[in-house]
Amino acid sequence: MYGIGVLKGMAVTLKNFLRPSFTVQYPEESLPQHPRFRGQDFVWYEERCTGCASCAKYCPLGIIRIVTDPSGVATPQGDKYKVLAFDIDLGRCMYCGLCVEGCPYDALHMGSGFERARYRRQELVIPVEELRRMPKRPSTWFRPQMETKGYDPRMGKELPWQEAGRHEAPDVEKMKERWVKER
Amino acid sequence: MTLRTEPVTVNIGPQHPSTHGVFRLRVTFDGEVIQEVEPVFGYLHRGSEKLAEERTYSQVITLTDRLDYVASMTNNQAYVLALEKLCHVQPAERGLYLRVIAAELQRIASHLVATGFLLQDLGAFGTPLMYCFRERERILDMFEMLCGARITHSYLRIGGVFQDAPEEFWPALRIFLHDMPPYIDEYEQLLAENEILVARTKGVGLLSQEMAIASSTSGPVLRASGVPWDLRKADPYEVYDRFDFDIPVGTAGDSYDRFIVRIQEMRQSLRIVQQAVDQLPGGTSVGKVPVRAKVPFFIRPPVGDAYAHVEAPKGELGFYLVSDGSIAPYRCKIRSPSFINLTPLKEMLIGWKLADLVVILGSIDINMGEVDR
Amino acid sequence: MESFLERNSFFSHLYRFFDAATPSWLAYLLAASVIVFVLVNGLMLFTMALIYMERRLIGRFQVRLGPNRVGPFGLLQPVADAIKILFKEDLVPVGADRITFNLAPVLFIFPVFLSLAVVPFGERYFLADLNVAVLFIMGVSGLSTIAILMAGWSSANRYAMFGAVRAVAQLISYEVPMVLSLVGVLLLVGSMSMVTIVEGQRLPLILLQPLGFLVFFMAALAELNRTPFDLVEAESELVAGYHTEYSGMKFGMFMLAEFAASVVSSAIIVTVFFKGWEGPLLPSHLWFVIKLFVVLFVLIWIRATLPRLRIDQIMAFAWKVLFPLSLVNIAATAVEVLLWPQPTTAQIWAMVGINWGVTFVSLALWSWLMGPTLRPNMPQLLRGATTGKAA
Ligand code: SF4
Ligand code: SF4
Repeated sequence: MYGIGVLKGMAVTLKNFLRPSFTVQYPEESLPQHPRFRGQDFVWYEERCTGCASCAKYCPLGIIRIVTDPSGVATPQGDKYKVLAFDIDLGRCMYCGLCVEGCPYDALHMGSGFERARYRRQELVIPVEELRRMPKRPSTWFRPQMETKGYDPRMGKELPWQEAGRHEAPDVEKMKERWVKER
Repeated sequence: MTLRTEPVTVNIGPQHPSTHGVFRLRVTFDGEVIQEVEPVFGYLHRGSEKLAEERTYSQVITLTDRLDYVASMTNNQAYVLALEKLCHVQPAERGLYLRVIAAELQRIASHLVATGFLLQDLGAFGTPLMYCFRERERILDMFEMLCGARITHSYLRIGGVFQDAPEEFWPALRIFLHDMPPYIDEYEQLLAENEILVARTKGVGLLSQEMAIASSTSGPVLRASGVPWDLRKADPYEVYDRFDFDIPVGTAGDSYDRFIVRIQEMRQSLRIVQQAVDQLPGGTSVGKVPVRAKVPFFIRPPVGDAYAHVEAPKGELGFYLVSDGSIAPYRCKIRSPSFINLTPLKEMLIGWKLADLVVILGSIDINMGEVDR
Repeated sequence: MESFLERNSFFSHLYRFFDAATPSWLAYLLAASVIVFVLVNGLMLFTMALIYMERRLIGRFQVRLGPNRVGPFGLLQPVADAIKILFKEDLVPVGADRITFNLAPVLFIFPVFLSLAVVPFGERYFLADLNVAVLFIMGVSGLSTIAILMAGWSSANRYAMFGAVRAVAQLISYEVPMVLSLVGVLLLVGSMSMVTIVEGQRLPLILLQPLGFLVFFMAALAELNRTPFDLVEAESELVAGYHTEYSGMKFGMFMLAEFAASVVSSAIIVTVFFKGWEGPLLPSHLWFVIKLFVVLFVLIWIRATLPRLRIDQIMAFAWKVLFPLSLVNIAATAVEVLLWPQPTTAQIWAMVGINWGVTFVSLALWSWLMGPTLRPNMPQLLRGATTGKAA
């Protein structure tokens, strides 16, 4: 008989009518994120960064601009160059995370935020000063060492640079030694 | 007295609620009946194939995410398979299983979207769509656990996947596998017997078996026409030959069959995921077994070419890569199922009414990101 | 005059109040104006309540929250919508027929108010007790078809034109079963006045006239352009149907009139089939409101569940299913009324049994008979279709 299928369907919607809602009231409440979530505010540890620009090279869009000072004035200390500019243009970034994958010193990490909307495109570029200032809550994406430590960026705790790496942070003195010895 | 009538030409799209993106159809109507159809493509053309020539092989993975953006995992998979063929890389075993799990979850998610939007086109005011999205949300949450992204995954890498699944992924997956079948039953109860839906889709947009083969359609569109062709069985890639599953096949080749085939395929995908979890080398422990073969990031494949295809949710997705020995592909050709499934569109549409147009288009389940590339 | 005042306490209170200070013709006019004012604004209030309910409840049906930002529980959402719509730019497309284009929304909203005039919304609370109220409602509600045609035609937009043509075909077809389904009620009650219909119901008429109710309900859904019959403005096919080109307050008037029409139709359904305002314990207007909201809830529930039909299926449904079913209903009721002109309680219950039996048998019979014809035909052009300009 016609109508039975329709009634069955209406029974289903009525059943769902009584279920709790699966959406949340966003600004007050947000859905839980996984620590691996590839978020927007990049986390960059200047102490770990050598200025090698691997990240810029890995980026498919070429939106990381790095200026180091290799010459004359500030000579490399150990393996490190002084980073003068490190701009990430979030307006074009697609959060693929290849730059993070490319960083050999675990200096660059994806962030865990998702609320970096701005009114103007220029404001979307993260300049190096902002990168230095920004809270260090890295995503554990491509950083298994953080996962094994159970680090979770949502807990509100910042991660110091000493604990962010796969290996010990490069010690400038040791580096210098090695640099000299290997010469 | 005879009334003088004339056909009306209407532009459906590129901005239209149910063309699934920026697809444009110039349709000539006689009253409500479609007389002539002319699809116009290219509003979402981003030149992915050309862009791929300027990226290194690994960077192209991020481009493939954006082809069929509701099924990025399978896009990644097809590309990575082609690349592995090109470089003669043997991927890590556990990585292959993780790929299968991800791809099958992605198939469920994509079919959920297809079903939901088909019902939206039928005018169901979003309710089935919201139910489908509720379940898709859980899959996306699991993808977030796997790779940190929900839509554009870039999860797969040459030689495996980029990282092992985290601990909490496995309980989440187990609960999902437990919860999903009743939800599918619910969709069937809500939709499959609904007289209105049956009246709207049964016999509408018929695609005969010969026509389906002649216009080289693939995926659910082809299977609904009664051709049991599924690359997972016909040309088993990765580890698909180790699983036991069925291929749902339609009989009539109408919109209703395409819809039912998708619902059935979700059940089969759940079966595959379950088997993959059971067979997974290394079990559910994290980081014990490698998931990725050692391959340099800037890989230089030997000169040559390779073609690999996978059964994407929408059909056969193929990548043809030509290498000239440099770090970037010389040519990257994409065989996208959505585009080729549109080949018989005209035959399916002519003679039907305006209201059927959106249903037929919805039942083919195109994705403009893939059609225009 | 006196008997009218006696039967209409709402009116008589006002009349007596004004009569003390003014001549009686003016008192009459003033009292009537006050009632019209109350009715129109009351309808608007109910419409806003419906808009709010619709959005919240559909949200719940879709397992989401629904609008809850403006005011407590989002109660002010309809107000916010109205303010937004008021401030929108009012566009008239080039090539539109300006006079018709501007007139259509007004013409669309006004039959809704007219049909409210004869609906009793409480014991001895009504504006007018026409003795041909049912005919009046049917006649007036037919006007909205013209408004839709005017809107669609004058917009100079093909989607709008499609919507308008569909509307004419659909709305006129559904008038027929709608009127016929009420004939059973009229036979039983013996009057066309809404007040008498309510007072003449010993049992709620839905028990006595299940088939009539079904037909009327579906026809009313079609007249209201609600799912599954909403293809006049089918957003997935026609973008927005006849009001594609409307914006600002004109669009708002279309929306308002549609929701208000839902309220009025539900009020008619309550009056005719659910014994109107009558009910134990609670005051009569409260009963009316409660019943009204139950019917509205069902309307929303249906909208949240069902997809829509196609134009040929809708026409087939009207002429091949609803029309004959309403005839069956008339025949069955007529025979019963002929047999038992003054039914006792036992005979009424016998009628209930017979009518439900007739309903199920005829529904089953029609499902069996109409099954094949309701399915779509094979396309004529599937094979050998001309594939473009090959030659
Ligand atoms: S996330 Fe991707 S797109 Fe963004 S900066 Fe890193 S590599 Fe470039
Ligand atoms: S962030 Fe990493 S990859 Fe980028 S310059 Fe610094 S050390 Fe090199």
